[in-house]
Amino acid sequence: MDTALILHFLTTPWVFLIWTTFLKSFILLNVVLGVVSVTVFAERKVSAFIQDRTGPNRVGIPMTLLGGKKDIPFWGLGQMIADPVKLLTKENFVPAGVNKFFFWLAPKLVMIPPIMVLAVLPFGSSLFGVEMTIANINVGVLYIFAVASLSVYGITIAGWASNSKFPFIGGIRSSSQMISYELSMGLSIIPVFMVCGTLNLNDLIDWQIKNGWLVVPYWPHGFSLGQLLHPAQLGQSLIAGLSLQRFLLWIPLMISFVIFFVSIFAETNRLPFDLPEAEQELVGGYHTEYASMNFALFFLGEYAAMFAGSGAVVSIFLGGWSLPIIPDGSQGWLWGLVNIGVWFVKVSVLILFMIWVRWTLPRFRYDQLMKLGWLGFFPIALFNIFLTAVIIAFVHH
Amino acid sequence: MAIVVNRPKLTLAEKCYLPSIVAGLAITWKHLKRALFNKGIVTMQYPEEKWDANMPDWYRGAPTLVTDEHGKDRCVACQLCEFICPPRAITIKPMEIPDNDKWRKVEKRPEEFDIDMTRCIYCGLCEEVCPEQAIYLRKDYSITGLNRSEMVHNKETLYKLGGVMNGLVFKWNELK
Repeated sequence: MDTALILHFLTTPWVFLIWTTFLKSFILLNVVLGVVSVTVFAERKVSAFIQDRTGPNRVGIPMTLLGGKKDIPFWGLGQMIADPVKLLTKENFVPAGVNKFFFWLAPKLVMIPPIMVLAVLPFGSSLFGVEMTIANINVGVLYIFAVASLSVYGITIAGWASNSKFPFIGGIRSSSQMISYELSMGLSIIPVFMVCGTLNLNDLIDWQIKNGWLVVPYWPHGFSLGQLLHPAQLGQSLIAGLSLQRFLLWIPLMISFVIFFVSIFAETNRLPFDLPEAEQELVGGYHTEYASMNFALFFLGEYAAMFAGSGAVVSIFLGGWSLPIIPDGSQGWLWGLVNIGVWFVKVSVLILFMIWVRWTLPRFRYDQLMKLGWLGFFPIALFNIFLTAVIIAFVHH
Repeated sequence: MAIVVNRPKLTLAEKCYLPSIVAGLAITWKHLKRALFNKGIVTMQYPEEKWDANMPDWYRGAPTLVTDEHGKDRCVACQLCEFICPPRAITIKPMEIPDNDKWRKVEKRPEEFDIDMTRCIYCGLCEEVCPEQAIYLRKDYSITGLNRSEMVHNKETLYKLGGVMNGLVFKWNELK
């Protein structure tokens, strides 16, 4: 076949859409799985540092195996490879008496939802004119809610199918934890839609570029490189950003941000809300009976959920891939790459923050979490909606 | 009478958690920052760094046999340690000291003396029971081997680990 013909075929709109989508999915999936293993390493290292320990610092390049005199420790970075290899090569022990079908199904149900969430997250502006979102759909945020909550099924099924008491308690806890945070999580995000008027994550980011990130909404019409050269313009746009409505809206949006972020902790089963796992009380919680790759899938699911959750927070509240002054991908592929980098940096910072919180706070008691969800966040989130409505209706520019 | 402990009255700031969470984060951040610059880390890098110098005199390590100042093995093969050993780690094969030997009047010595270190529980009963003060728990703790037979200490190894012990040693140390 002629190369021109192939090129023509590949640039036909629907063919172009299909192969770029596949390529984007493939790359993002692999990057995320790599990030998971880096996150596990970061978790171990940060926890060690917080507790005045050294953390993994031995596994590096095993020169002694290759006939060398001394191993190269490499700051323990080899641990990132050693951990998955250990999990992969372990015996996959399935206890007698488990419900086999659901026992095998559960880890997949935990692993799949966070990866599905990644589909709608805009992880960059555009590269060579290709939008850096796998699926740019109008129900973006609703889709995240719908899919992310599915992973609770995996945990509950794992607890139930294990036919053992500790996993069972873990599964039960997970489902009741879900009903106590999910509602306030959904409600907390409503002020965002009232302010921005869109559910599409890409539009949400465009709005934030123009009006400032939702947690720091102080620049209208965006910063750009051109503006930097004209200080007068820059000053004008900064002054224009200081309107009363903007300042007042910042309060409900911050409340939204806090509630949503805390709910993300609960959603991803991270401390202080890791009740389904609760090593000290429930042995291993819902994955007590799991071994080898089945266990690794739970592990992977938890960290992928962290990644997806941080991605959602970044996209909704922290301006996604945007950074003031830096233009988007339409100005050249280099800027497109920079945008992707910015997104990953923001997500990494949030993940590090989650790790940091994990090694700071003790676990909430079971009833405390329910109380926090139902009596704390739920009324505040409801009140927040009215507050936003009042500000939008009565305070004008 | 039961003591009534009233719940403390919490201020609003305490009730909404956030200030104390921030305070906690500040504490952990301090530790993280310190550790990042390699300060304040308490971990000991074990095979390279050891705590041996700080080990107390009454440390109960591997049991060993000792010789006295004349180079004579103190053990007279009475087999009391063999009988008292709770996990039965000790096996002794006694022999009579031949007539032409300098120490003939001692009459007995062990021909073979094996301590199975896979069985030994480091309880120190052998040391307590020994009437001749011939067996001592020394400070060796990392006893390793590639197979079971390497883990059995024979007479030669035991004397090598034990060394020489001069005079009478007070073995009823209360800490031991």
